[in-house]
Amino acid sequence: MKHLLGTDGLDRDTALAVLDTSDGLKRTLLGREVRKLPTLRGRTVITMFYENSTRTRVSFEIAGKWMSADVVNVSAGGSSVGKGESLRDTALTLAAAGADCVIVRHPASGAAHRLAGWLAEAGTSVVNAGDGTHEHPTQALLDAATLRDRLGDVEGRRIGVVGDVLHSRVARSNVHLLTTLGAEVVLVAPPTLLPTGVADWSVGDAGSLVVSHELDPELPTLDAVMVLRVQAERMHGGFFPSAREYAIAYGLSENRLRLLPEHAPVLHPGPMLRGMEISAAVADSPRAAITQQVTNGVHVRMAVLYHLLAGEEDGS
Amino acid sequence: MTTLLIRGATPYGEGGPVDVLVRDGVIREIADRVDADAGTEVLDAGGLVALPGFVDLHTHLREPGREDTETIETGSRAAALGGYTAVFAMANTDPVADNAVVVEHVWRRGREVGLVDVHPVGAVTVGLKGERLAELGTMARSAAGVRIFSDDGLCVADPLIMRRALEYTKALDAVIAQHAEEPRLTVGAQAHEGEQAARLGLAGWPAVAEESIVARDCLLARHVGARLHVCHVSTEGTAEVLRWAKGRGTRVSAEVTPHHLLLDDSRLSTYDPVNKVNPPLRTATDAAALRAALADGTVDCVATDHAPHASQDKDCEWSAARPGMLGLQTALPIVVQTMVNPGLLDWRGVARVMSERPAEIAGLPDQGRPIAVGEPATLTLVDPAGRWTVRGADLASVAANTPYEGMELPGAVVATVLRGALTARDGKAAK
Amino acid sequence: MPPRDRGAPEPAGQRELLTAGDVARTIARMAHQVIEKTSLGASGAPPVVLLGIPTRGAPLAARLAARIAEFSGVTVPTGTLDITLYRDDLRRRPTRPLGETALPQGGIDKALVVLVDDVLFSGRTIRAALDALRDAGGRPRAVQLAVLVDRGHRELPIRADYVGKNVPTARAEEVHVLLTETDDRDGVLLYREGESG
Repeated sequence: MKHLLGTDGLDRDTALAVLDTSDGLKRTLLGREVRKLPTLRGRTVITMFYENSTRTRVSFEIAGKWMSADVVNVSAGGSSVGKGESLRDTALTLAAAGADCVIVRHPASGAAHRLAGWLAEAGTSVVNAGDGTHEHPTQALLDAATLRDRLGDVEGRRIGVVGDVLHSRVARSNVHLLTTLGAEVVLVAPPTLLPTGVADWSVGDAGSLVVSHELDPELPTLDAVMVLRVQAERMHGGFFPSAREYAIAYGLSENRLRLLPEHAPVLHPGPMLRGMEISAAVADSPRAAITQQVTNGVHVRMAVLYHLLAGEEDGS
Repeated sequence: MTTLLIRGATPYGEGGPVDVLVRDGVIREIADRVDADAGTEVLDAGGLVALPGFVDLHTHLREPGREDTETIETGSRAAALGGYTAVFAMANTDPVADNAVVVEHVWRRGREVGLVDVHPVGAVTVGLKGERLAELGTMARSAAGVRIFSDDGLCVADPLIMRRALEYTKALDAVIAQHAEEPRLTVGAQAHEGEQAARLGLAGWPAVAEESIVARDCLLARHVGARLHVCHVSTEGTAEVLRWAKGRGTRVSAEVTPHHLLLDDSRLSTYDPVNKVNPPLRTATDAAALRAALADGTVDCVATDHAPHASQDKDCEWSAARPGMLGLQTALPIVVQTMVNPGLLDWRGVARVMSERPAEIAGLPDQGRPIAVGEPATLTLVDPAGRWTVRGADLASVAANTPYEGMELPGAVVATVLRGALTARDGKAAK
Repeated sequence: MPPRDRGAPEPAGQRELLTAGDVARTIARMAHQVIEKTSLGASGAPPVVLLGIPTRGAPLAARLAARIAEFSGVTVPTGTLDITLYRDDLRRRPTRPLGETALPQGGIDKALVVLVDDVLFSGRTIRAALDALRDAGGRPRAVQLAVLVDRGHRELPIRADYVGKNVPTARAEEVHVLLTETDDRDGVLLYREGESG
């Protein structure tokens, strides 16, 4: 693996290898006093965040540090980025300064792909930590890791993804990854919050994708439900009439939770809007896997760095 | 003026090769064999097809304002090399060509360069803001003699402003060229609204945003009895609307760009903004429908929408990039590839869509004329067997943003003649 | 090292150093040596823990423990210690999958830890194992090393406490240990230069 730009096109074997490595790392580090591995000693990892996301950046930073990589954080505010330097120039500068891996969060869809192109000559690996409304592959990987923890396996499972799919990079990455791993993904949203032609998307061969506008009939059939964040600005954009109406139709309330089978966990990529897409009681219930997702996030990101940086230069 | 003898060209690719004698900018003789006097410049055109010089209704020459990407001089060179003898320079310069001073400047610079007739397009509204009409009459009556008005780059979205513009230009013998894009439906739009953009997470530019404006404007044009020209038709639905409007007698004409004939949104997966253009690359189905519409005359002509951009405005992330592609030097080869080679158009048809119809739409009396004795010697000589590989850096434009980089294209412009003067020959502009 | 196709005849240039019977006898002898050298079961002697280094050290450790139990009546706890994350040659090979680290229930604190591996060569694996052991938690009283084959060519000051068989080899040769648990049969093979897959 040279880059991790998305889960669209990520093959099943590679995805499973990363998830297995993540599991191995988790077991290795379990109960240890010193959570530090020498594996990436001498490798330099740079996080470049053009959007604020403390949780994702910190997760990557911890992952890098636990692997003994030198992690340098560049934020748009505190560098020449803020002075209008182009993404390309910034990337080339960081590569010239010796970055082995650049982890990028950017508001423009495709920014990580562009970066990978500009850095091809330098040989720097690129990890997409969220690009616009396109992909957020490590989030999908940590969701899959969490589903494996809770359900044993993703294959053959029916996973609901509820909410603003249209603007969600988390949803896109999950659609591709979970279907590649053999799950049936059910997207549940009002028609205004679904991407064009999503029902006809070609997705992972092993799984399938269906679309629904009603949450209640789907809940009893699901093995897990993933609740997406609904941003307030979408309401002002007229995608739905009011927060109240959205919460009534799609919010995961305590009553709705009762419709979900006992074994099915509730996932949320965070940050949560309690009372909007998820009720406080559901968010705090043992059914919610949210803190487990955060923990898995570190291990999955360690695994990604391992697969990018710990093999042969030109290795697969 | 010197005498030029074009030897062995085949007009419109029909019949046998002939010699064409040109003196004082006019075709004096066409015969199987014309003898050259001493002092006559002879152009060996064996195997070449002679066509009337091309007319581009839609070019961005960027002067004044962005001379770092194109100037009237470099753009004129690109035009001559592409076989063009007349181009219409869009009004979205800086300052905007919304007054007589700017349009006369563009017109004068074009004359000074002298490689191609540069006709400025005037803005419909002041500053392209869509709020109040620019001084259309003053621009029409200026030395530039503006006959096409357009806010291209932006749509004249307000239906009342559009109605007034259509109505007002009736008295000026001019036409409004509409960039059809309902702005409320394209807020933040980055790519054709479809499966590809949805997967790539790019905000959609729906076909209906173009089609609804074209339908509205056709109704308005018919209502006020004015002429309308539709810029860069990009969807199958727009072709259907035009077919319907023309069928009921609306005085509407339309252009399609070479890139919308050839390319589609499958190219977007690399996120390389060289493929970013407005209106966006549509689906392969749309491209096929546009080729059919151009062949049957629903779409009248080909216009390049030649849009030079600096590398920093293209070598960036998709959403930050400016829309637009170079087009002047690649237009004919794309038409050959998409229309001539598949048998959708013969060379007579190429003359129609590249020269005759655009000249008619713009009301140019001395362009798009027949290749006949007594007519202006404004010609393009094309090698139908020629093939060449596109290199952005080798194009005459200052900018290099061609989406055809590395592509081998059929059909080469060998020479361009403007009123008897060679403006380009064998890949070199006359000045 | 990749498992080989057991159905194919042994190619020329390949020599069987130990047969299945030799492997069993060697492990039994090593079990006796461990019992003796660690004073297993004697009062005051530290508890012994066997840690196999994946892949083949793990089943070897289990077999060694079984023999020890058979001969001494003492059940020694076994576990595995994966060293992948501690290797110094990660960037010379395609990305390796991680092996399993599983310390025995009682841990390794104050125990006499015997690391078990199939082949001792440069010593780099064992150095990585010592690093991994340090990070794994607990503080062993002592660490010893048991290997089925010592083929020489050490690059570090490391030696084994228990050696099944010393095999003089050329550097370019390869020694492959086969175990039923991982390779469908027991044996030790020597491949000459260019003969191994």
